[in-house]
Amino acid sequence: MIEWRDEGALLRVRRHGESAAIIEVFTAGHGRHAGVVRGGASRRIAPILQPGSQLDVTWKARLDTHLGHFVVEPIRSRAAVAMGGRLSLAGLNAITALLCFCLPEREAHPALYARSITMLDLLGHADAWPLAYLRWELALLEEMGFGLDLTCCAVTGSRDDLAYVSPRTGRAVSVAGAGAWADRLLPLPQCLLGQGPVAGPEIGEGLRMTGHFLRTRLAPALGERPLPPARQRLVELLSREG
Amino acid sequence: MTDNARDIETLIELMARLPGLGPRSARRAVLHLIQKRAILMGPLAQAMQQVAATARECLNCGNIGTAEICEICRNEKRANGLICVVEDVADLWAMERGQSFSGRYHVLGGTLSALDSVGPEDLRIPRLVDRVASESITEVILALNATVDGQTTAHYIAEQLEGAGVSVTSLAQGVPIGGELDYLDDGTITAALQARKRF
Repeated sequence: MIEWRDEGALLRVRRHGESAAIIEVFTAGHGRHAGVVRGGASRRIAPILQPGSQLDVTWKARLDTHLGHFVVEPIRSRAAVAMGGRLSLAGLNAITALLCFCLPEREAHPALYARSITMLDLLGHADAWPLAYLRWELALLEEMGFGLDLTCCAVTGSRDDLAYVSPRTGRAVSVAGAGAWADRLLPLPQCLLGQGPVAGPEIGEGLRMTGHFLRTRLAPALGERPLPPARQRLVELLSREG
Repeated sequence: MTDNARDIETLIELMARLPGLGPRSARRAVLHLIQKRAILMGPLAQAMQQVAATARECLNCGNIGTAEICEICRNEKRANGLICVVEDVADLWAMERGQSFSGRYHVLGGTLSALDSVGPEDLRIPRLVDRVASESITEVILALNATVDGQTTAHYIAEQLEGAGVSVTSLAQGVPIGGELDYLDDGTITAALQARKRF
C-alpha cells in the first residue's frame, strides 16, 4: 500500500456515484493530485469539499498508477470569504480553473503552490488583489515554461523606459527600441515594474498581456484547449469595477 | 432461470438503479412488493405508468407537473410579485415543504460551473429575465446552494437583472435550527457572524 500525507488547496470536486466524490487537490509535495473521497457527497463532508478549501489530505492506493483514496481533514475554508463578493468569487474560480487547466498531474510545483496559497488567502482584500493576481498569472506562465522577461529591452538592452512586450518573444521593449513597431507590441503596464498607478486600466492591460501568452503559448502546448471561461469572467469583472 | 424468475431479476436490476438502493435493498423491496401485490404493487405500477405518461416540465418555471403550466404558475394567488430561484426541482419541493413562501418559483436546472463547462445558455437564465419583465416581478429571491458554484450562479443572475427594476435578495447563511456551534465548520461560522442581526 502506498500512502502519503500532505496539505493542499482543493481545486475541483466531482460527484462519484451516490455518495463519493473525486477531488483534485494542489499540494506542495505532490502537485495536482486526484483521488476518491468516500462519503464525499455526504452532508458531513460535502461542505468541507468546496473549491479553495485548505485540506490536510492522506492519499492511499495499492499501486501508484491507481486513482487512490483521500482521507481529508479541513484546515480552513475560504469559500465563506470568497462568497462575500462577486470579485473574490470570480477570483477563486479563475485561480482554481487555471490551475486545473495548466498543471500536469502529480508533478510538484512548490514555488507556484506557495504563490497560489498566498493568492487564495488574499481573497477578500479587494485593494491588493488585482495586482497580486496579475503577478500570479506571470508566475504561472513562468512555472509552465513561458516566462516573460521584463528586465531589459530586447532591442537596446536598456533597463529604462520599458513600455512594451513583444507578443512573439515575451521580452520587454523600450520606447526607443520599439520605434515604428510600437503599434504591433503589447503595452507593458508600469505597475509591473513597480512604477505608476495600480488602477483598473493598468490591470486590464496587464491581463490582456498575460492572456495573450496564456492563449497563444500555453494553451497550444496543452492541446489547443480554450482558456477556462472563469478567467474571462474575472477579466470582465475587473475591467467593469476597475 | 425460468422466464418468470428472469422478469423478477430484471425488476430487481431496475430498482437497484434508484438512488439510495443497492442490489440487496432492491431485492428486499421487490420481495416486499410481490408479497403485497394487491395493495401495493398493482397501484404502484399503475401510478408509475400514469406519471410516466403525463409528467413534464412546466414551460414557465421548470417545475415538474402533469400539465404544460404547473399548478403553482396557474395559481393567481401566488402572483404576488415574488419569484424564488432554485437550482432544481428537489429544492423547489424543499421550499414548498417549509410552507413559508407564497410566491412563484423558477427552476434553473443546475448551476454555472466553469470546470464542468456549464454556461448560462445551459440553464434557464434567459427565461428568468423574460419572466421578470413579463410577470410584474418586484423581488427575485436567489435560493441557491451555499456552494461556490451556487453563489457564482447567484452573482451572475444578479448581474443579468441589473437595471431590470427588481430587488434581488438571497437566503441568509448561518447556524441551522438545532445546530450546535461546536459542530459547525469555520466557513459557516464566518458567514453567520457576517450576517448577525440585532437581538
